[in-house]
Amino acid sequence: MLLYSSITKKVLMALAGLFLVTFLCVHLGINLMLLNDDGGRMFTEAATFMGTNQIIKVFEIVLFAGFLLHILFGILVSFQNKAARPTAYACGNSSETSFFSKYMFHTGIIVFIFLVLHFIDFYFIKIGVVAPPPGIASHDFYHRTLLLFSSPLYSLLYIISFLVLGIHLNHAIQSGFQTLGWNHSKYMDAVKFIGSAYSILIAVGFSVIPVYLLLFK
Amino acid sequence: MNFTLKIWRQKNATAKGQMVSYNVSEISPDSSFFEMLDTLNQKLIMSGGDPVSFDHDCREGICGTCSLYINGRPHGPVKGVTTCQLHMRSFKDGDTIHIEPWRARAFPIISDLIVDRSAFDKIIQAAGYVSVNTGGVPDANTIPVPKEKSDAAFDAATCIGCGACVAACSNAAAMLFIGAKVSHLALLPQGQVEAAKRVQKMVACMDELGFGNCSNTYACEAECPKGISVSNIARMNREFLGAKLFTEKEKIIQDSL
Repeated sequence: MLLYSSITKKVLMALAGLFLVTFLCVHLGINLMLLNDDGGRMFTEAATFMGTNQIIKVFEIVLFAGFLLHILFGILVSFQNKAARPTAYACGNSSETSFFSKYMFHTGIIVFIFLVLHFIDFYFIKIGVVAPPPGIASHDFYHRTLLLFSSPLYSLLYIISFLVLGIHLNHAIQSGFQTLGWNHSKYMDAVKFIGSAYSILIAVGFSVIPVYLLLFK
Repeated sequence: MNFTLKIWRQKNATAKGQMVSYNVSEISPDSSFFEMLDTLNQKLIMSGGDPVSFDHDCREGICGTCSLYINGRPHGPVKGVTTCQLHMRSFKDGDTIHIEPWRARAFPIISDLIVDRSAFDKIIQAAGYVSVNTGGVPDANTIPVPKEKSDAAFDAATCIGCGACVAACSNAAAMLFIGAKVSHLALLPQGQVEAAKRVQKMVACMDELGFGNCSNTYACEAECPKGISVSNIARMNREFLGAKLFTEKEKIIQDSL
């Protein structure tokens, strides 16, 4: 991994990242079923399908590999970038750039912390590593979700995490295209616009669920 | 006009440096930034002090010798100019101006505001050229070049190698410089023969010299005095991936790297 050239590392990171971006859309689609007023029937059915379908199981491995690749390369390039300027400027940079593009490592860490919590709350319970809370079966994601979102503090942390993810994605999507060499005056503005719109959709889409459950349930 | 200057002073490559305050007064708003520094240096020399060393050569904005990180921006607050083309009218009377050298591991400080940018020369030496056998001069226009390609190649070739892209980049990456050099040769027929080898060698050299990785903040494009576009970085990435994935006889290239 260390021996890969800077461009190879960035390209692998971009490919893994863009794959994770498409996965978010699927995840959001299933989560939004929580808003369907049927006692969680539709959501549970979808969750069961995702948990048992063989093709999905293969993709689960691809997904984990994608996370691992993106995170490891992210850490590696961030440390290399830090080492490339051992002495900082006395007067901080004031070039005209998008503010958050310089904080991809920081927003990435926050998203990673959320991911770890999310694994403890759901995936580890499902595979039996962590015991489910009393009264909830290990496969009952619906009631597990309702229980978590009944805490305003958890809901707030959840919303903040997705806000940070939205900020991360806003730079990430167009950045991934640029890294892969897909930059053309014909479509780059469209890529930037769709990337921003998508990041807003993801941040708002996921955040709507705890807000709705707190206010109307 | 009067200014307070806070300038990085460092005796030599190994000495410990620090920001030192100076006052300059009665500076004409029409004097250039370097004329202002010349005034300061004259004052320092007259009082038996050590003048501030800084790089400059043509003072016409075309040689790429001058540098200076002024108030958090390479080449100062005016877009699309080098420090030598910056005038004191771009500042307000009484301003405090911070002046620092380029900061990057690959650009070590020689003294005060002068850094060693020979890392760029090494990247060019690695493969930033076309090999031409000597012989008779070919007739002009015997090699057809589409107008839009020659325009794009010329835009990339306006890079003066000043290093502002590295100085501005939060990762001290040199991708805009190499992107421009790779692009200007790859766009022209004369550059095709060595294109696959060139991009791989130049990127390998860049990594070896300790520049950072690009994270597409585009600070380089915002600060480039020649307005070179980051689309050149994307073109280099395409060239690099193409060379890595589709070039014939990869082994020969690997051997020569």
